[in-house]
Amino acid sequence: MSKALVQSVINGEKIEFLCEPRQSLLEVLREVLGLTGTKEACNNGNCGACNVILDGVLVNSCLVLAIEVDGKSVTTIEGIAPPGGLHPLQEEFLNHAALQCGVCTPGFIVAAKALLDQNPHPTEHEVRRWLAGNLCRCTGYDKIVRAVLAAAERMKAGVRMEVK
Amino acid sequence: MQAFDYIKATSEVEVVSLLSRDGDQTRILSGGTDLLVQLREGRRQAKLLVDIKQVSEANELAYDPVGGLRLGAAVPCYRIGSDPTTARVYPGLVDAVSLIGGTQIQGRASLGGNLCNASPAADSIPALIVHHATCVITGPGGRRQVPVEDFCTAPGRTILQRGEFLVALHVLPPAPRFGAAYLRFIPRNEMDIAVVGVGASVVLDESLTTFVSARIALGAVAPTPLLVPEAGEYLAGRRISTETIAEAARIAQAATRPISDMRGTAAQRKHLAAVLTRRVLEKAIERARA
Repeated sequence: MSKALVQSVINGEKIEFLCEPRQSLLEVLREVLGLTGTKEACNNGNCGACNVILDGVLVNSCLVLAIEVDGKSVTTIEGIAPPGGLHPLQEEFLNHAALQCGVCTPGFIVAAKALLDQNPHPTEHEVRRWLAGNLCRCTGYDKIVRAVLAAAERMKAGVRMEVK
Repeated sequence: MQAFDYIKATSEVEVVSLLSRDGDQTRILSGGTDLLVQLREGRRQAKLLVDIKQVSEANELAYDPVGGLRLGAAVPCYRIGSDPTTARVYPGLVDAVSLIGGTQIQGRASLGGNLCNASPAADSIPALIVHHATCVITGPGGRRQVPVEDFCTAPGRTILQRGEFLVALHVLPPAPRFGAAYLRFIPRNEMDIAVVGVGASVVLDESLTTFVSARIALGAVAPTPLLVPEAGEYLAGRRISTETIAEAARIAQAATRPISDMRGTAAQRKHLAAVLTRRVLEKAIERARA
């Protein structure tokens, strides 16, 4: 099967890559572009470990074909932190010890980023419901939810770094 | 994943011509949340995927009080749930749409895909049926419209003929004093497949005490989503009471033909069909009175 040329903006940077139509966005991010922060776990849309933001919408990158992102903008976990620092979500995940093995963490942080982008002051219920499509098999969800609420609180108070 | 070609179609004519060329090996791609999993697991085969997200009518979400709702087959669930007009006019439809998967799935999955996947347990289908939704189908012979209740023929199978595809769903504007709702039973709060799902819609008379008409449709209790016309016929013209609602629930229950599987036994599904029909009717009446 011949490869197609795809042009998209990934983490703010114009990128061109070649892919087969059958390759998922997840596969291309990790194996063609070397962006291995996005994790493969279930590879069928159940776990959320491969979450990315596609034109402002949270998606599972395992359920998007790479060829579909031609002309679109993608944000991965690598695009969340400002240069030389961490995003408040990342800092609060550390403060709250909201991870153990860490495989689910990029997906949770990308999902939480998408939530705070559209709803900067979510309730605990809204956070739990928004993150219901992300699975964690070691830490438990409570610390994750608290970390997201703490990051929202800090960002509301203006105690935040400059984030693009 | 198996190898296939990909074409981003930009018109209905283009989609039909691609489907006519090699219909058995061509699949329509909208959100891909079912299709890509099925292709990866080898449960479906394809040599060509035709992406319809750029076909304008498949991507349209528009309401007007005369024509009703035009809902493109590829419109993702999050757009339906977050559209203020749709949420206000069709809360019973949004009940079902917002239950399909988590946030990430909502970002991609479409109602057209939910319908064409033809799962007996699909949440959106009973809700569409009770809203009198029709399928707009385009094929080599032109367009045709089919009521949603006639669309699924067996698990995973639909009435779509070679060369045809689902372009959009049309939903009637609600009659005065119309109310609808959808409820399902799952063993947890979120993210599961319905053990039983029930949609109901009612139209009440001016005194808000009598049913003018009603529709009840159930999911996961038969090989296809099930409209129970006799339950609606029973309610039409009757006064709203605990007894009439209970009798409609009994009629709906009698129409079910559930199986036992990993999600529940046939007996539990029979029980749930009656309980959910009662509750969903009460919710639909509450909305009709609001």
